[in-house]
Amino acid sequence: MAIIAMNGDQAIALSWRQIDPDVVAAYPITPQTIIVEQFSEFVADGLVNTEFVCAESEHSALSICIGSAASGARTATATASAGLAFMWEVLYVASAMRLPIVMAVANRALSGPINIHCDHSDSMGARDSGWIQLYGENVQEAYDNSLMAFRIAEHPEVRLPIMTCLDGFIVTHSLERFEPLPDDVVKQFVGEFKYRRSLLDVSKPVSMGPFDGTDYYYEHKYAQVEAMRRTIPVINSVAKDFAKLTGREYQLIEPYKLEDADYAVMAMGSTAGTLKETVDELRAEGKKVGSIKLRLFRPFPSAELMKMLEGLKGVAVMDRAISIGASGPLFPEVRSALYEAKHRPKLSNYIYGLGGRDVRPEELRSVYNDLMSGSGETVNYLGVRA
Amino acid sequence: MTVTNLKLISEREDRFVEGHRLCAGCAEPIIARQVLMATEKPIVVSNATGCFEVSTSNYPFTSWNVPWIHSAFENAAATISGVEAAYNALKRKGKIKEDIRFVTFGGDGATYDIGFQAISGAIERGHHFLYICLNNEAYMNTGIQRSGATSMGASTTTCPAGTCVPGKREFPKDLTKIIIAHDLPYAAQASPHNFKDLIEKAGKGFEANGPAFINVIAPCPRGWRFDSAKTIEISKLAVETCLWPLYEFENGKWQLTGDSRRIAEGGKKQLPITDWLKSQGRFSHLTKEKWAGVVVEIQKNVDKKWGELLKLCKQ
Repeated sequence: MAIIAMNGDQAIALSWRQIDPDVVAAYPITPQTIIVEQFSEFVADGLVNTEFVCAESEHSALSICIGSAASGARTATATASAGLAFMWEVLYVASAMRLPIVMAVANRALSGPINIHCDHSDSMGARDSGWIQLYGENVQEAYDNSLMAFRIAEHPEVRLPIMTCLDGFIVTHSLERFEPLPDDVVKQFVGEFKYRRSLLDVSKPVSMGPFDGTDYYYEHKYAQVEAMRRTIPVINSVAKDFAKLTGREYQLIEPYKLEDADYAVMAMGSTAGTLKETVDELRAEGKKVGSIKLRLFRPFPSAELMKMLEGLKGVAVMDRAISIGASGPLFPEVRSALYEAKHRPKLSNYIYGLGGRDVRPEELRSVYNDLMSGSGETVNYLGVRA
Repeated sequence: MTVTNLKLISEREDRFVEGHRLCAGCAEPIIARQVLMATEKPIVVSNATGCFEVSTSNYPFTSWNVPWIHSAFENAAATISGVEAAYNALKRKGKIKEDIRFVTFGGDGATYDIGFQAISGAIERGHHFLYICLNNEAYMNTGIQRSGATSMGASTTTCPAGTCVPGKREFPKDLTKIIIAHDLPYAAQASPHNFKDLIEKAGKGFEANGPAFINVIAPCPRGWRFDSAKTIEISKLAVETCLWPLYEFENGKWQLTGDSRRIAEGGKKQLPITDWLKSQGRFSHLTKEKWAGVVVEIQKNVDKKWGELLKLCKQ
């Protein structure tokens, strides 16, 4: 299909039009709004056969998705920031009930102070909720992740909800060139939704979401652990199918010019793109540097990460979120993944871009300089005015 | 019309069965069975967190012979909205053939307080479902704490009667009227002592072709402090004192039903609120001289609300 220009939100809406989910329930919140607006137009013009429910809150939006997915309907939603925080309680219900809901998250800072711009505090706050989390760097990836997400979530070995995260404004609102797939190819790739049990199967009544006491709760949580463990091979096999179709290859963690590098900086989302630019500049100056893009945060690909980072001299982990009183949320996970490595790189953490603060190439260059000169603290606050 | 022939109803398959862990004398299973008998169509149930949910679904057991879902405390109306949306989508696509009805059960905490927004939203969106409020006038599952439905003067664990405070100091919100303000096809108040009335109302709710709501008084022996054999007697008294009038709002028309209608038409005498207050331990402190004014205030409010309702019902 031809290369076209769209912003990230429009690309998500396009993917949903092509997939034509049974139910979409959502509540508007910046910078996710374009997704629901655009999708509403598809509904208004009869381009989809979806039951579109405009909820009165995000809490209800996800609750509607839970009812819908439990009824054997392919279900999608989208939110951001406070909306995701408002869903917090029912995020856990959705994953515990093993409902393959697909949710686009337009990453935005959490209040307070109130701020509408990009950081990852919202989805990082949901890291323990039992949802799969994929992060996209640009419009193409936001679109591709959205297509793959349905296959991953609905896979019989998985049956878990999934967030496809895209940076607020930076990806959601920026027009970019990208290549969507033809409608019929999408339909074929995603396939029919096959549910396991449905509330609407009235001949086989099922009780969903029962009270779970001390004698079963733990086992049910462990079942989620096992499902999450089975997710990585599924993500890889879906990516393989997708590559056959499109030529676009997606790995859980994507290295950039890492083969002979001594130092690397690692990020999720759009900053991974800026990092590549910075690496190119430094390479032109003869510096042996590379970068790493983490696409999958949950489940956390520890083994793959250890393999990729082992032997490097220094790695900086960029966190667009903060756990006040500790560090960024990504950093301790990376550090923990490397604990068993024979040759551990020196690791440092850079908190950056909170509340949509721009991260400029020269700032990323300063991170590489810190790595190469061995300066910098364990946890650093990039670009903050003291 | 709904069939309220007892013989026929009693021959229907039980949709809610024995083995649940609700207290002896609890009104909730009585109400639920009456509601579930009100239609022969297949039913899907959503249930808010509360006594009724925890006591009927203790994994790996269930008392539900129909599809049932519980998600959280405040979202039972949103959850059934999603079930109904899925039903519409799958029916349109020819994947479902049955003509299914949807019902939600929530306590007064889940309905008057924490889940109110979700109910209001679901009604505004026009989902086809019947919401049943099992109103026992407090958070009974957590141990008798006050809610927006708790009667004035009732002693609860968060508004205990003390030397300075006569139990709850506020009147309950009139939720049935608030729901009616949504101008939905059907809303009603009911009581389990009048099963014919309740079953007929539930039947109308199921066939309302839009959102329907029934607020059912659900006496709680533990929370209200009365003998567990007296649940039906107490629920009858709520109606006879006009504290809990039986009425319905059907396509814009208000109408009294059952004993309330008889009281309005002079065929039956309204009992004084003191009969109600004396019947339950939660009001026992009101017999003290000190709180005589509270009793007067409660009676006045009952009469005021009853008078307003008579006007609305053109009685």
